[in-house]
Amino acid sequence: MVYGIIELINFAHGEVYMIGAFVALIVASVLTMAGFTGPAVLALAMVFAIIYSGAYGFTVEKIAYKPLRHAPRLSPLISAIGMSIFLQNYVLLVQTPDFLPFPNLIPELEFLDPISHIFSSNDLAILSITTLSMVALVLFVKYTRMGKAMRATSQDRTMSTLVGIPINKVISTTFVIGSTLAAIGAVLIASFMQQINFYIGFVAGIKAFTAAVLGGIGSIPGAVLGSLILGLTESFATGYIRSDYEDVFAFALLVIILIFRPAGLLGKTKTQKV
Amino acid sequence: MLRVLDIHTYYGNIQALKGVTIEVAEGEIITLIGANGAGKTTTLMSISAVVPPRSGEILFKGKPITKLSPEKIVGMGISQAPEGRRIFPGLTVLENLDMGAFLRKDKAGIKEDLDYVLDLFPILAERQGQAGGTLSGGEQQMLAISRALMARPQLLLLDEPSLGLAPIIVQRIFDIIRKINSEHGTTIFLVEQNANLALQVSHRGYVMENGVITMQDTAANLAANEEIKKAYLGI
Repeated sequence: MVYGIIELINFAHGEVYMIGAFVALIVASVLTMAGFTGPAVLALAMVFAIIYSGAYGFTVEKIAYKPLRHAPRLSPLISAIGMSIFLQNYVLLVQTPDFLPFPNLIPELEFLDPISHIFSSNDLAILSITTLSMVALVLFVKYTRMGKAMRATSQDRTMSTLVGIPINKVISTTFVIGSTLAAIGAVLIASFMQQINFYIGFVAGIKAFTAAVLGGIGSIPGAVLGSLILGLTESFATGYIRSDYEDVFAFALLVIILIFRPAGLLGKTKTQKV
Repeated sequence: MLRVLDIHTYYGNIQALKGVTIEVAEGEIITLIGANGAGKTTTLMSISAVVPPRSGEILFKGKPITKLSPEKIVGMGISQAPEGRRIFPGLTVLENLDMGAFLRKDKAGIKEDLDYVLDLFPILAERQGQAGGTLSGGEQQMLAISRALMARPQLLLLDEPSLGLAPIIVQRIFDIIRKINSEHGTTIFLVEQNANLALQVSHRGYVMENGVITMQDTAANLAANEEIKKAYLGI
């Protein structure tokens, strides 16, 4: 999404995700110590993760990308990598280099008990919240004025300013929305994996980028499809061959797709009329 | 209404405008003619603040607008249909028009103007759900003018509306430019290479060469001027 609008791979996106997970962990721990349980902890942890991640995403854009808006394309890319390394090390220093246990915040649903070995509450939560977020995002981008302005900005930035679209605001909004989604993902995945460290964002970022390229960069349903295919490939590779080969297969798939369909599965090949 | 006073505009180190002064009165159609690279588009882009001038001043209804952001300028009532049309290719015709009214909040007024432009260019009503990038050149030009009108401008900047279009479409577009001016009282600042047609619809004209204004007069006098005839009218 961010790539679509400013044509920049936001390497710090993974770090925003990781920070979301840390914030959720801190909030959840405090609440648990205060005696709260159940969905309230999940909801509050999620809300705080979203607020913090949103603020980080907003700030990263203002500090690292906005001053470089008119610079050659390589400069913001380097600045993005720098931001990513900076945030990783910041968390490493102020928190810990070790893995931290993350509580499973998703309450067990009783009606899923009989089939919980194949489809757990976690699975249900991840599946439903992801679907919900994707539908909400697609509707937002398609029908709201801000959404239309985002698409307009990604298609022709100069023209967007000529019709009066405040593009700085549009770009900030895009970063905040992207970061919000990262925070939601972080809380869900951390609950599922039950451990986090300062490095999870980097891995998640690379995987998310792979999935986005696989599905067609800039396409929201494409990103979801890409993630699904990537996840299945990894699981099958782990199951049938060896778990060590998980990443090898994931990236081999990426290479194959890029050779035969460079625009990605659902990506549009750009046709330009002159 | 609009006073451009001695503006100097640069692209990096290259000076494109070397002291341009233009005045546009309310209700007028004025035209700026000149060869390729004379600085016509740059003049419009300076007014819209996309390429702000390095020195000089631009006044709109007596207020300086030189230091404002492009969106503020649209908000004050200056909108532009730029060179090359620049339709948002992935947005539908209706969405393109809606973006033209981005800064407006008056729903009823927007609807009114939408009906007005669809009435001016009925073909756009037929194509309303289609992506902008799939329209023909003439339809895109109509959409670009309509999108600029959706801001309900007091001053409409049109950059080369005839570029690359069939003569019959060009004629139709110029008829409508005249109609917008006479019916709505919208002031129009036209930039054209098709000097012949531009001088026919305009009240006054300016001639630009290498970033400076070399001549200004009523459109009729310019059309009768021997030098202009030779250089721009091909007679």
